[in-house]
Amino acid sequence: MIELVSQSRCIHCNACVNACPENVFDAVPGAAPVIARPDDCQTCILCELYCPTHALYVSPLADAHEIVDEALLEQAGLLGSFQRNMGWKRGVPAGTDQDLTYRMFEDRRVQP
Amino acid sequence: MTVEHLFDQRGSVSGLTLTADVLVIGGGPAGAWAALLAAAQGAKVVLVEKGFLGTGGATAAGNTTTIHTLPGSDEREAAIQRRMAQAFGLAKQDWVERIIEDAFIHLNELADWGYPFPSTEDGVSYRGSLRGADYLRFMRRLLRKADVKVLDKSPALELLTSDGVVVGAAGTNRVSHERWTVRSGAVVVATGGCAFRSNALGTNGLTGDGYLLSAEAGAVFSGMEFTGQYGIAPAFSSVTKGIIYFWATFTDADGNVLERKGDRQAAVARHLMTGPVYAVLDQASPRVQEGMRRGQPNIFVPFDRKRIDPFTQRFPITLRYEGTVRGVGGLVIDATGATTVPGLFAAGDAASRENFVGATTGGGGPNSSWAMSTGARAGQAAAAFAAALGLRAQERRAQPAGVIGLRPAGPIDKELRVADVIAAVQQEILPLDRSYFRTGAALAASQERLNDLWREARAGFSASGDEVSDVREAASMIATARWIVASAMGRPESRGINRRLDFPNTDPAQQHRLTAGGLDKVWVEPETAMPRAMAS
Repeated sequence: MIELVSQSRCIHCNACVNACPENVFDAVPGAAPVIARPDDCQTCILCELYCPTHALYVSPLADAHEIVDEALLEQAGLLGSFQRNMGWKRGVPAGTDQDLTYRMFEDRRVQP
Repeated sequence: MTVEHLFDQRGSVSGLTLTADVLVIGGGPAGAWAALLAAAQGAKVVLVEKGFLGTGGATAAGNTTTIHTLPGSDEREAAIQRRMAQAFGLAKQDWVERIIEDAFIHLNELADWGYPFPSTEDGVSYRGSLRGADYLRFMRRLLRKADVKVLDKSPALELLTSDGVVVGAAGTNRVSHERWTVRSGAVVVATGGCAFRSNALGTNGLTGDGYLLSAEAGAVFSGMEFTGQYGIAPAFSSVTKGIIYFWATFTDADGNVLERKGDRQAAVARHLMTGPVYAVLDQASPRVQEGMRRGQPNIFVPFDRKRIDPFTQRFPITLRYEGTVRGVGGLVIDATGATTVPGLFAAGDAASRENFVGATTGGGGPNSSWAMSTGARAGQAAAAFAAALGLRAQERRAQPAGVIGLRPAGPIDKELRVADVIAAVQQEILPLDRSYFRTGAALAASQERLNDLWREARAGFSASGDEVSDVREAASMIATARWIVASAMGRPESRGINRRLDFPNTDPAQQHRLTAGGLDKVWVEPETAMPRAMAS
């Protein structure tokens, strides 16, 4: 579930507030959004994709919260890692044409 | 605040009011296609989405395979035959052929409109999968160009009807709390399925809202018993990417390898009922591994963040309930997407996929094809329905059709809270010994408890301490659970994903569809040549 809105990275664009399908964030005038309803987070990780400054961190734990340390996440390269791996840039879709999913169908274990 | 405040005694309305030819409820792929194709017919279209068109629903978070086969090719024939063979006798060949052809056309349209499909190393454009977030963002852009008005964070609460015909819907905005009303010539329900907030990837907004509001207008369901559908995820995680487990070895706590004959999930389900189960993706070649990593980055979020190498290290897994999202059941539609209620159309997971997938999951390619085909057809048919009404459309007097949670039958029960109602429903649906493996005795006990819960909620459930949209979600889950349980009781046999421990065999005499419906009194009956609701 969502555990971090980085105060130093956030530019108050509210992209996460708008994009969150579960309405987890509340916008705050002149400040970073707050995680107003943390237990409503469905761990879909899509807010990270929409964040232009990689200011969010969604823990992979879907049923429990954990305390995270921004400096350690930064060090481990985990801030924005999902967006980087997708190829999206500053919250905008990109990398779509680099998708290698077709390789998963080559050994015929799965048929669409 | 109840909707009576919105509709005063003369039937006039406060809050945001809009008129449209077609109102689409739900902004996943099916809703987006419906809106796009309705607009292409010249209809004025409003689309309301409870979350955000781009991230809402199972496709956005999960990605999806598709079925893209050239007409007349061996691949096309094989795809059709595979569906028919896996349907346990309940699919219809003409539906299978139509949907697979529609998917081919719509995938090619996406390419023509500029969706950046990848190419294989041979330089062939590959249209066999879509990245959900990219796909929906692309659809959002197309809708903006087509002048479709999109209202995000705007759940529908109820339909508006006039003499049994659907003439619009009313809802709320989760941020501003302002109510909205859309008067329209036709309504398309594309609200997705119901997974009962199981935390399966991207499904928590899929709470059966469209089922409830359609049933209040008299709509009918089928295939609700084919809902013993779960997805495998790392135990701590939401990421139900079942596809990766085709390369898995499953083990129990002691490291014994689980047998894998038949349904690959059945052994996992049986063992999970008594202890932990582990998986390692040790069958995947380096080339497949790279395909996963550079095709589906969401697979690796839980692994990378917990420092697990899934190809060499075993990790605990669980099964998360997927219900009608990847199961079968939903609103009965005809080939145009029309439900049994005039003016009301349905598409995607909200509609019953039984004619296409029969008694089994359509997870992946079949479901995404179904969403494109039924979405596009429902949008076109809704636009035609609205056009035929002409100027009469907005003259019809609208009555709100919503009941439970909006207009309590008795005194408001302030003790009845959303979280408790949801927890009570989940106990009857989510456990493996409720929905994966069913028995008549367990179903009967669930039915009794759910009927009690419905009566209690019908009498006094209201938005006294919770958001009204949350109240309606919880009410939708009670209703959906009751149709599921009653339908499973009505099919004393095992067929596809209705697994009855007390009736382990498939009974040739039950090779027919079951329809279901009703609110205060739930009914289930075998489909005859002319289903009851169609005949009336």
